[in-house]
Amino acid sequence: MSNPLSDMELPNVMFCIGTNMTECHPVAATRLKKAKAKGAKLIVADPRRIRLAEHADLYLPLRVGSDVALLLAMAHVIVREGLVDGEFVATRTRDYEAFRDHVAEFTPEWASAICQVPAKDIALAARWFGEAAPGAIYYTLGITEHISGVDNVQSLSNLALMTGNLGKVGGGINPMRGQNNIQGAGDCGAIPSGFPGFQACDDPANVAKFSKAYGREIDCEKGITKVTALDLAGDKIHAMLIDGENTVVSDPDKGHCEKALRSLEHLVLIDIFETDTAKFADVVLPATAWAETDGVVTNTERRPQRLRAAVPAPGEARPDWWILAELAKRLEMPGFDYSGPDEIFNELCSLSPIYAGLDWDLVGTGAYQWPVPEKGHPGTPRLHETEFPNGRGIFKKILYRDPAEVVDDEYPIWLTTGRRLQTYHTNTQTGRSEGIDYFVPHEVLEVHPEDLTAWGLADGQLAFLESRRGGIEIRVEAHPRSPRGTVFSSFSFAATPINDLTGSGYDPVTQTAELKVCPVKIRPVAENEPVPSS
Amino acid sequence: MSDRQAGAGQATLVIDGAEVAFEPGESLFEVSARVGKRLPSLCYDERLEAFGACRLCVVEVEGIRNPVASCTTLAADGMVVTTSSAEVEAWRKTLVEMVASENREVEVDPLRGHASQELSRLVARYDAVPGRFAGEPSGKSREDDGNPFLLRDYDLCISCYRCVRVCAEQQGDHAIGIANRGFETRITTEFDGELRDSACVFCGQCVQTCPTGALADRKAMRGVDVPGEIEKTRTICPYCGVGCSVDLMTKGDKLVGVQPAMDGPANKGALCVKGQFAFDFVQHEDRLAHPMVRNDDGELVRASWDEALDRAAKGFRGVVERHGRHAVYGVASGRAPHEAAYLMQKWIRTGFGTNFIDNCSRA
Repeated sequence: MSNPLSDMELPNVMFCIGTNMTECHPVAATRLKKAKAKGAKLIVADPRRIRLAEHADLYLPLRVGSDVALLLAMAHVIVREGLVDGEFVATRTRDYEAFRDHVAEFTPEWASAICQVPAKDIALAARWFGEAAPGAIYYTLGITEHISGVDNVQSLSNLALMTGNLGKVGGGINPMRGQNNIQGAGDCGAIPSGFPGFQACDDPANVAKFSKAYGREIDCEKGITKVTALDLAGDKIHAMLIDGENTVVSDPDKGHCEKALRSLEHLVLIDIFETDTAKFADVVLPATAWAETDGVVTNTERRPQRLRAAVPAPGEARPDWWILAELAKRLEMPGFDYSGPDEIFNELCSLSPIYAGLDWDLVGTGAYQWPVPEKGHPGTPRLHETEFPNGRGIFKKILYRDPAEVVDDEYPIWLTTGRRLQTYHTNTQTGRSEGIDYFVPHEVLEVHPEDLTAWGLADGQLAFLESRRGGIEIRVEAHPRSPRGTVFSSFSFAATPINDLTGSGYDPVTQTAELKVCPVKIRPVAENEPVPSS
Repeated sequence: MSDRQAGAGQATLVIDGAEVAFEPGESLFEVSARVGKRLPSLCYDERLEAFGACRLCVVEVEGIRNPVASCTTLAADGMVVTTSSAEVEAWRKTLVEMVASENREVEVDPLRGHASQELSRLVARYDAVPGRFAGEPSGKSREDDGNPFLLRDYDLCISCYRCVRVCAEQQGDHAIGIANRGFETRITTEFDGELRDSACVFCGQCVQTCPTGALADRKAMRGVDVPGEIEKTRTICPYCGVGCSVDLMTKGDKLVGVQPAMDGPANKGALCVKGQFAFDFVQHEDRLAHPMVRNDDGELVRASWDEALDRAAKGFRGVVERHGRHAVYGVASGRAPHEAAYLMQKWIRTGFGTNFIDNCSRA
């Protein structure tokens, strides 16, 4: 997030797109509700009539995967109606004129045909956001899990730049991160493009710095993403070490993923449970869990905070860092003699400019948001207050593209996937917590009540849902949250592996899977009918 | 706590003989708390709008005939306030006795909720006699509500409405409300059904602000009979990226419950259903308790750490010998702490000299 969570109570217009915040980030959503109670306007764009939409002053039920069209048309209206923040554009940005000319043709009427949202509502959303002071943007995986994920984010960036809503209290462009330390994993350099602190790993100066620090010559080129690594399994990639990820349930195109893992010569997992992914492992190493581990996690507002152990781990389970250090020593890697997590975190701080002012003791207060460039620095609650990392904010000309697969006569229904409030991710944790099944005992496919009738299905009936990659049996539930022609399921139940179906395409830059869009077909299944193999 | 320095022109008042500066809009309760005199109260939660219902925080103000509720009285320049006197203390004791008389006499276990001891503490502090007044419970427990998380033990309700207010003002869901008046007053939901059928999202905020344990954390209460004292350890919730601060409640080696940290920077006392109630996975019987390696029959079997680590290392060494260092890939977790992610990338970069490292954020 460019802005702190506390800023979420301050905008006078909040634009939430592709974020089911009351279910996926419920505590953050309470702040939006408070802002709304104080008079702020809430615009919600989401294909599903999610609970947040019930709170909205303006709800834009756009077709899955049509975000770029909506955002281009909003930019068009903001230009047309003279709502551009000229001073901000002049002093803080570049390439505006080309962008202005680019959006001239993308009218709300043009977008309406793609998004299936009334043109007047698109114009109204643009007007409200253009007049906002300040206006804030919030998004989640509904924006990024598309083949156009980068285009979607850059379109949002264009909107924030043209309205001057960056570097301002209560404004900003704010992705909500979905896992307790997914921000931290990036901060720590567990990415193929950067060393700790997002220092580019194809920059010779950085490569020299880390080669020296780690006592090993490191390639001066970016690595490959996990998606590519799985694609190359058995071909170029032959061994993997995976920490705490139930890959075969969470990743798209389950069949492909299983084949990839099976084709590895060597797979080592570190986890707290024997997950479905362990079926493919040669070695499974037991880690300590949350509540048993001392460490640091960084939240969605760039705030590193301390995890503290309160109970002993079961049996011989050990902290991840201990396991990795032992494995390193057995491979004769230098520099893995640590006495505890504090030493490791302090080493990270010494190598990462965004953590340079932090250490294990300081992080215990939870008072800092990175970057913290030197000791004594108070941290940076808001990014871009005076300048952008590249100096000026750059407008990007984006064009709308269809999703990788679109509905047709054979696969006429849009499937979109996500989380539910009570079950988290692949349910390895929530599913083992007493009481959660009172709310969500098994997976269901949410279908608009009129679609159920049209498709010859009864509420609660079993159905066979199929995409170009696979099919599963799933129970349908009449739900007005689903629009006509679009169905929803979570990916929380291994017994209903919705990711057998997904994986139609990947963003060409980030290689994030288009998990939010998957054309499918559906048919009723009699309770005793054998399920066809897919 | 120290008095704020009164700058030139800054408004001040006198509390118990000491001059104190204040900001416009501060209540007498807030000014008093700031100088170290936290007044007794039952309906007060600093996150909520002042309500002025319990009257326990009354103070005497010179020039005003009757004591005033400090939570709903704004500080004014030149006020002279007395927070404690024989009269005020007698009044408070009587009020506590009246409130306590509404409730059946039970020991309220602190596992019921964060604020659950407030009434019990006041009864002890004022040496109050709960049976002094012929009281009648003002609520009726909803034993029919079978939800696994929130005990609705309304026999203990004192109608402070903190639950109703926290649901409206903090959670923003307005799931619970008030029905009837006087002794018939009840906390209820739309259509008076079970919580599951209401707008309730089981965030637990009502439980944690309830001052009597009338709303209670059913999951934590499973630990009432676990021997030992409750210890609290501050940490961060393991679920989404908001990073809510929580206190783990343990008795000995047993994790018995979770409470939100009222001063958590990301959450200020709020949690969701997962962070509040979904912690059983930690001490679950399915937890991996020892390393495992795949044997010649293709089964994962128990191994010692030495065997497992040697086997893991040998496998990576073999792959590098056969296919080169670019054949090894590492995936860090978005759920494990920094020290795991940092060492995973260091392991790949130091061990193989590549940037073949990623985390699970692409799924």
